Parts: sequence; structure tokens; C-alpha cells
Amino acid sequence: MISLQALTLAIHGTPILSDVSLDIPQGQIFGLVGESGSGKSMTALALMQLLPSGSAVGGHVLVDDTDVLTMTESEMCALRGNDIGMIFQEPMTALNPVQTIGDQVAETMLIHGKASKSEAAVIARKMLDRVGLPANKFPSSRYPHELSGGQRQRVCIAMAIALRPKLLIADEPTTALDVTTQAQILDLLRELVAEENMSLLLITHDLAVVAGMADHVAVMRRGELVEQGPTEQLFKTMTHPYTKQLFEASSHQPDRADDAQETPILEVKNAIREYVAPRTKLFHRPAPFRAVNDVSFTLMRGESLGLVGESGCGKSTLTRAILGLDPLQGGEIHLAGEPVLAGEHMPASLRQKVQIVFQDPYGSFNPRHKVQRLVMEPFHLTKAPENARNRVAKALETVGMKAEAMDRYIHEFSGGQRQRIAIARALILRPDLIVLDEAVSALDVSIRAQILDLLADLQTRLGLSYLFISHDLTVVRAITDRVLVMQTGQIVEQGQTEQVFTAPKHPYTQQLLNAAPQIPDDWLETKHA
Amino acid sequence: MKLPIQLISGIILTSIFIAAVALSFVWTPHDVTILTIADKLQAPSEKYWLGTDHFGRDMLSMLMVGARTSIAVAIVAVGIGIGVGVPLGLMAAANRGSLLDEVIMRGNDLIFAFPSLVIAILITAVFGPSALNAILAIGIFNIPVFARVTRGAALSVWTLDYILAARTCGKRALRISVEHILPNIANLLIVQGTIQFSLGILAEAGLSYVGLGAQPPTPSWGRMLADAQTYIYNDPRLAFLPGIAIVMMVLGLNLMGDGLRDLLDPRIRRER
Amino acid sequence: MIRFAASRLLSLTLSLIMASVVVFAVVEVIPGDPAAYMLGLNADPDAVNALRDELGLNGTLWSRYFGWVSGMLAGDFGQSYTYRVPVSELIAQRLWVSLPLTFLSLLISTLIAFPVGLIAAARRGKPSDYAIMGVTQLGIAVPNFWFAMLLVLVFAVNLQWFNAGGFAGWENGLFAGLKSLFLPAIALALPQASILARVMRSSLLETLTQDYIRTARAKGLTRAQALRRHALRNALIPVLTIIGLQFSFLIAGAVIIENVFYLPGLGRLIFQGITQRDLVVVESVVMLLVFSVILITFLVDLAYAAVDPRLRSGR
Repeated sequence: MISLQALTLAIHGTPILSDVSLDIPQGQIFGLVGESGSGKSMTALALMQLLPSGSAVGGHVLVDDTDVLTMTESEMCALRGNDIGMIFQEPMTALNPVQTIGDQVAETMLIHGKASKSEAAVIARKMLDRVGLPANKFPSSRYPHELSGGQRQRVCIAMAIALRPKLLIADEPTTALDVTTQAQILDLLRELVAEENMSLLLITHDLAVVAGMADHVAVMRRGELVEQGPTEQLFKTMTHPYTKQLFEASSHQPDRADDAQETPILEVKNAIREYVAPRTKLFHRPAPFRAVNDVSFTLMRGESLGLVGESGCGKSTLTRAILGLDPLQGGEIHLAGEPVLAGEHMPASLRQKVQIVFQDPYGSFNPRHKVQRLVMEPFHLTKAPENARNRVAKALETVGMKAEAMDRYIHEFSGGQRQRIAIARALILRPDLIVLDEAVSALDVSIRAQILDLLADLQTRLGLSYLFISHDLTVVRAITDRVLVMQTGQIVEQGQTEQVFTAPKHPYTQQLLNAAPQIPDDWLETKHA
Repeated sequence: MKLPIQLISGIILTSIFIAAVALSFVWTPHDVTILTIADKLQAPSEKYWLGTDHFGRDMLSMLMVGARTSIAVAIVAVGIGIGVGVPLGLMAAANRGSLLDEVIMRGNDLIFAFPSLVIAILITAVFGPSALNAILAIGIFNIPVFARVTRGAALSVWTLDYILAARTCGKRALRISVEHILPNIANLLIVQGTIQFSLGILAEAGLSYVGLGAQPPTPSWGRMLADAQTYIYNDPRLAFLPGIAIVMMVLGLNLMGDGLRDLLDPRIRRER
Repeated sequence: MIRFAASRLLSLTLSLIMASVVVFAVVEVIPGDPAAYMLGLNADPDAVNALRDELGLNGTLWSRYFGWVSGMLAGDFGQSYTYRVPVSELIAQRLWVSLPLTFLSLLISTLIAFPVGLIAAARRGKPSDYAIMGVTQLGIAVPNFWFAMLLVLVFAVNLQWFNAGGFAGWENGLFAGLKSLFLPAIALALPQASILARVMRSSLLETLTQDYIRTARAKGLTRAQALRRHALRNALIPVLTIIGLQFSFLIAGAVIIENVFYLPGLGRLIFQGITQRDLVVVESVVMLLVFSVILITFLVDLAYAAVDPRLRSGR
């Protein structure tokens, strides 16, 4: 039994956690939910005593009635990895790139003096088998760079559970993974908890993940637990307004009118995009890699079309071709009836008909320019009009920002505000089509709901067409009329969004939908009533 | 924010030398072109604050005028490095993976195989020694340094979304390089510039010490050290003074470079 | 790994070919008539013609270039005009001074820099770190030839532990030879060690912020264990780059330092070559120096692959 009692934390005097109390019973999964900056990761690091320098902790963290906060550093080292294991969000960087996976798993045993070198190697092998990395496909001599993200996360799990700890802490363990991989990793964690009778502290921002996994849930906001209880009960009652708000935001359905017309704005016909594959032999030119393979679809004026697929399926490559950034090797793309050509061959008059909004609200803007200049950038295509400043002001107001924002630098704004500014930039030329490339994926659910509302509202008011690219099925369902499902460079299914979601035809679509974590329907009924 | 002591002491040290150089154009304690053999190898006195050398020239005046050579050579050499290397690096990054990129990077590797001393030796062997050789030799060696730093930094900026946004606005590589890439890597180039400046001072001293740089009668710190070697047994002061001048100047520039990096690099600033 | 080595070997060969073209162009093409240049302004036309014959300057540029390169490949660098002996002989003698000097200083610099950088990184922000950073900051600013003069002053002139200059010769025993190279090697090594120690420190500190260090700590490794078992090898990658670059500085430095200590190495040879306008000597020694820099770059590339499995897998 792990128990946090009135845990408080301040870093360099800034309060991070206040009065956090929770009990994690043996053999159970405890979900800790909150938005970014709520302090959920810091809670885990406090438990492990791996806090950044300048941290001041108060309260008690009891592991089997011993308070870890009173332990010395060497006692903590003996505890970490042995009694408590931990895995992190980013599996791509969580492993030492210059050490084999076998050695890294074996190290957990060696460091705690639990096995000789050869024994540790044997146990490590068993652990790798256990987490779904069989020896014939994944020998211990593999290096991390030879594995995918999901496989690396499995190695991390093997490392963390090698000594059968009482508690495993998983901090956003699947956030960086695709939805099907996420489902596999979550299944693995669930199995391990049941078999090893250990406890799992599952930290996530995703209510649906918690709903499917946890026995207990605690909701965290600004360093405080606002509500906790058994999962089903908590979802059914939701006594705290913040929990309700979080829940509603995560399944938010913006009001949308179906304004799709009969005239196409974007037509993609048999598009093929190939890359030169890197040479593996000196004198052998490998076959080019086909990232987009014979893709055809039509997007109508006023329509919102979703494009769904996992990472590496070719959706970004397709986007770049549609924007006229990369040439096609076959097929054609028409925008408002005119052919889209790559680079300088595409006339400015055509370019101004399509604009883009990106995922990362931080990398989307040159940090050295003020908002006015950033929003004005598309005027490069038309020459800035006399009233450019007024146009910027108007665009900012359209997206719900104040006109004064234009004299400030981008770092002065929050993620949600930046995404609004990005939309303003996309709107300034009054384009017909806006490509939204994972445009809400990096945002917290409450902000995401606001941006989705804004997008729906803009579409109705300005008659825009959207190509909405996302890996997040819930979002796509909420904002699109039709949807395309893409797998390894091909569109495997397309149709009306509701139809695809309720009656998927292609096995891949079915697999995607099954993998997506969901809150059970009967937990929700009381809410909508 | 913590007061950047490094930066301030670096700026103070560097300013002293720059002020001394500026002053040397209008006034030096004595005229370094006049040899007063009668006053040779004098200890520091009221007349000669730092004493005289083997030709009876005032050491302080020699150091002031010598600083001109060092600073001029280093500045022009950094200028060559930035002027040629930065555009090359930007071009290579803008055309990543192309033949042009390959040619530029291969060219860089080639120049890297010629240390500036070797370049100076080649030039001197063919054209005879002069201060211009030192400038050229150090400047040429600076080109690949700046080209690499620029390319590496530019490549990471090119992957950012705002570059893609600029491209969807129809902006071409040149425009993007100037408008978006250069301002965002300028910090790095400033820091690298300071480092190369200090390396340039050291390299110039080394070249003129072995006679591949500034020729007599132009005073230079390296030359002064070469002359002092003969007298090191009887008057080590002649060797101490120019050496200390070099160390102080280089130290000042390095402190300034480190301080600037701490100040300009948000990553390091966060880490504090 | 073999594919990686082969591709590096290819680029080594390419670099060597390009470098030889550059050296040939600068020394034999740009001056116009090398023979006239070597003999000076008042040379007798007959003597110039004789030298032209001797140097084989009457052929086409191509045949001269290929003659020069194929000669070098066979170990024939031509005849020194001033010494009247094969340049290869001169080089062979001098190499026995310059090569040990360079490697000795590389060894000293690495042996000092690694532990010092490690200590500074492990004690970050503590007095010992500040002391190391202060001393190395000063070390970087010291010109090695001036430092050499100070060493002579203290250890040769005042303490009389070493000779102020000259080379005892290997024939008088390993110790005598090493003793005469010791001060020059220290003078070369200490400024380089300062740079290397700082790179080592910052590279370690950078590595310590990586996610896999956090993973290691979560496994129960102490800070020191994480540093030793995970950070060190990863931090080595940028350090190797600097060691490679340093070699080129050490070669240049050795050429200068030999003048301070009157050591009969390649540096002295090349400066005599310059003053006597012996272009054959200059050309050969320059090519040799460039060759060694390129070779070291190649070796550093191989070392990268040994440290980093991502490179080994041939991408």
C-alpha cells in the first residue's frame, strides 16, 4: 500500500502541489488525471524523490509505512527500481542510445545486487519476452534505435518491472504513441498488474484512458486534487464542477451547420508521391519509397473533410503536396479548378486560396517577429494592401483576440492564444480552403473545445472548407462531415463521418476504432440526461 | 536575473585593448619608429612605464601599436569567415541533400584539412611573408567553421513549422533564409564570432612569431615575443609583457563569448 | 560497420586527391616557373634550365602532377634542392621528432582533460568546479609558444631540470629522447587540455539532462552511477570531434613549438625550406601534414562508429 498524506511541494518558492492525499491499494490501478501544468507529473517525481533542484517537499509519502521523504539518498536509490518502478512519456529518448536493450534491462538487477551478470542477462531476456519482445525477433543485443516507439516503451516497462516492484508509475505512457500501439501498451500494463499483483499509478490527461483502465481516479487541478473515488462512481456522479468541465470538454461537440455545396474546391486524382530511399548498398539504387500511393478524393466547398491515420501513414506528405510544396510523381491535384504545382510554378493567385494551421503552437511562429508581421506574412502573395494593419486587427478580432495583440511578440501568448493567432494568419487572405494539420492536438481539452467552437463558427460565417488532419478520432468525429482513413499511403476507407464511425467497413478502420479508448456509454447517460 | 559577471569582465577587458588601439592612432607615450639604442633594455621607469626593448623602443607604445596588428588581422579574418562561410552555410541548408550541399560540405572538409598555419606556410612559400598572409590564412580557415555552424543551426530552423508557413506564402529559399533563418541563428553566429576572434588573435601571434605574419618594422605581439626569446636569460620582461597582453586580450574575448552565450541562449538560461 | 568504414575510406581518398591538387596548384602552378622562383631573381638562365630538368618541369601539368603523386605513393618525394638528398630521407629523420611530440602531447592533454572535465561536471557549481573553470579559462587564453618560453625560463634556466632546447636523439635511449620532448609536449598539451576539459564538462552536463539519465535514476542508479554508466559514453561523441580537431591544432602547434626548443622536427625543416625557397621540401612536408590531418579525421569517424551504434548500422 502506497499512501500520500498531505503532500506539498514548492520549487524555488513557487507552490506546485498543495495537500495532495491519496492511497494506492495493492494490486490496483490508480488513475491521476489533469491538464498540463496541473502537477500530476510532479506528484510522481515527488514519490520517487527525483525532483528538480530547489524543491521543498512537505507531508508524508508512505511506502509500506515507511516515509520516503525521511529517507537518505542512498536509501532512495535502493528503493527506486526495486520497490517502485517508473516509465515516462517519451519512449524515443528514454533509453540510452549506445547500450543494448538487454544490458539496460539487466542493469536494474545488477544495480540492486539481485543477480550476477549472467543471471541478470537471463532474467532480462525473460522480462523482454514477458513484455512482448520475443527473442527470435528482438534479441537482447538490439539497440534502441532499431526499435519503434511502442517497442521501446515495452523495453522501458521491462526495465521498470524487472524486480517486481510494489508500485509502477506510468507518466503519460502512451501519449506519444499511435492509437493502436497505445491500446497494446495499455493491455500489457493491465495484464502485468493482474499477474504480478502490483499497483499502478497511471498519470494521464486522457479521461477515456483512465475510464478503461483505472479502479480509482483522482482529478488534479493546479496542484490540488479536486475529486477522487472509484472510477465508475466518479464518472457517474462527478460532484466537482471541474471534473464535469473536463469531461464535457473532452467529448465536446461544436454546433455545426452542414453547408457543403456541390462544387468541389479540392480534387486529388491518383496522387503519387515518392521519396528516394537511402542507399543501403554502395552500387545499388534502391526502389523509391512510395509515401502516397494512388490517393484520390474530392473536397466540396463549405465542407469539412477529415483525414485520419497513424504516424507515417503519409498524411503529412499528402498535405505538403496539396499545399504545393512538394511535386507529385503521378496524378494531379486541382484547387478551385486550377492545377496545383510545386514551388515557384504555382501562381500566387492560386496559393492564396489555401492556407494552413499547424499542430505546434510554439514552432508555428518566428519568435523574432511581432504578431502584426506574423499575421501579415501571407500578404507576400498579394502585396500588402494599404489598410494591412486594419486587416490584421480584423483578423485577430475574428478569432477572438484583441487588436492590441499585434504589437506584441509571440512568446507573450499561451498555447491556445497562439493557435488563434495561427488561424488569424490563415484567414487574412480570405482563403477558400484551410488545412488544419493536427491543429488542436497539442492543446489541453478545455482549450481544444474552445478552438473547435471557433473553427465551427468560422466555417459557418465565412463559408470555409476544411481539410482536418488528425490522429485523434474523437476530434475528427466532432468537426468533420466526411472522413478519409489512410494507411500506408493509401485511402482505405472514406464516407460520411457518422457512418464510418458507427459502421466501419475496412478492417483497419475497425481496428482503429476499437483501439481508441472510450468511456463506457452507460456511464454517460446520467450526464446527458 | 543573475548579473553576468563573465560578460561584464569580458567587455571591460576587451574595451581596454580597443581603447588602447584607438588611442595609439593619436598618441603613444613614445614614437615606436624611432630607435634609441642608448636607452635599450631599460627597466620600467617614469620615462618608460614598461621599460624599453633591445632597440630602445618604449614597450608600452610597442604593445599599443602591436595590438592594432592583432585586432586588425583577427577582425578581417572573422569578417572573411562570416562573409563567405555564412552564405555558404545558408545555401547548403536551404538545399539540403542536393549536389550543392554536398559540394559545399566537401569543400569545407577539404579546407579543414589545412590548418591555418599550413595555409600560411603555403602562401608564404610562394608569395613571401606579410601580414596579409596571416589574414588570408586565418580567414580561409574560418570559412568552414562558420559554414558548418551556420548550416547546422539553419537546418534545425528549417524543420520548424513557421518555415513551412512562409513557404505556403510563396516565399523562396533566399527570402526565407534572410527573413526567418538568419535572425534566428544570429545569436549563435555572434558567439562563434567572438570565439573565432580570440582564436584569430592567438593564431596571428603564432604566425608572426615564426615570421609568417606581420614583418618588421610593423610591431606585433608575436614578433615581439620572437625578438624577446634571445633576451629571455637577461631580461624576461620582454617576453612577459607581450605574452600577458595576448592572454588578457584572449581571456577578455572568451569571457565575453561565454557571457554572451549564457545571455543569448534561452536553453542555458532556463537551466540556471 | 564494414560498409561504414568503406564509405569513410572513400571520402578519405577523395579528400586526399583534392588536397594534393590544391597543394600542387599553389606550389607549382601559381608561381609560374618554380625553378626561376627557387633560384631567385639574379639566377643564371642555364642554372634555371638545369633545375627545370631536375624537377621535371618540362612536362605537361598533368604528367607532372601524376609523376608527383605516383612518386609520393612509392615513397619518393623528390630531391631537396638545398640539401641535395631525397626529401623522403629528410622527412623520415624529422618525423621521429615531430610524431612522438604530437602524440605525447595528445596523450598528456587527454589524460589531464578527461578526469578534470569529469570532476568539474560531477561537482557542478561547487568550488572545485569553479576553480577548474577558472584555470581552464586562463589555459585557453595562453599561446602555447609563449607558455613554452615560460617553461624554459622556469624549468631549464632557473631550476635546470631540463635542457632549454635541442634534441638528445633516440640513439641515446628512450629516456633521454622523452626528456627532451617533455617540456615541448607539456607546452603543447596544457592549453589543449583546457579546451578538452571544458568540452568534456559541458558535454557531460548536456548528457545529464537527457531523458535516459532520468530513466537510469528511476532504476535506482545513484547520480554517480548514472554519470559513469550512461552519461560518459554518450558524452564522448562531441569530445571525439574536438580531439580530432585538436590534432590539427597540435600539428600546427608542434611546428611552432619546435622553433622555441630548437627541435630538429618537421617544423624546422619546413621553415628552412621556406627561407631557402626549397619548394620541393615545402610541398612534401605540407602534403604530409595535410595527410595526417585527413587520416586523423578518418580515425575519429571510425571511433564515432565504435561509440555510437546508430552510425554502425550504416545509415
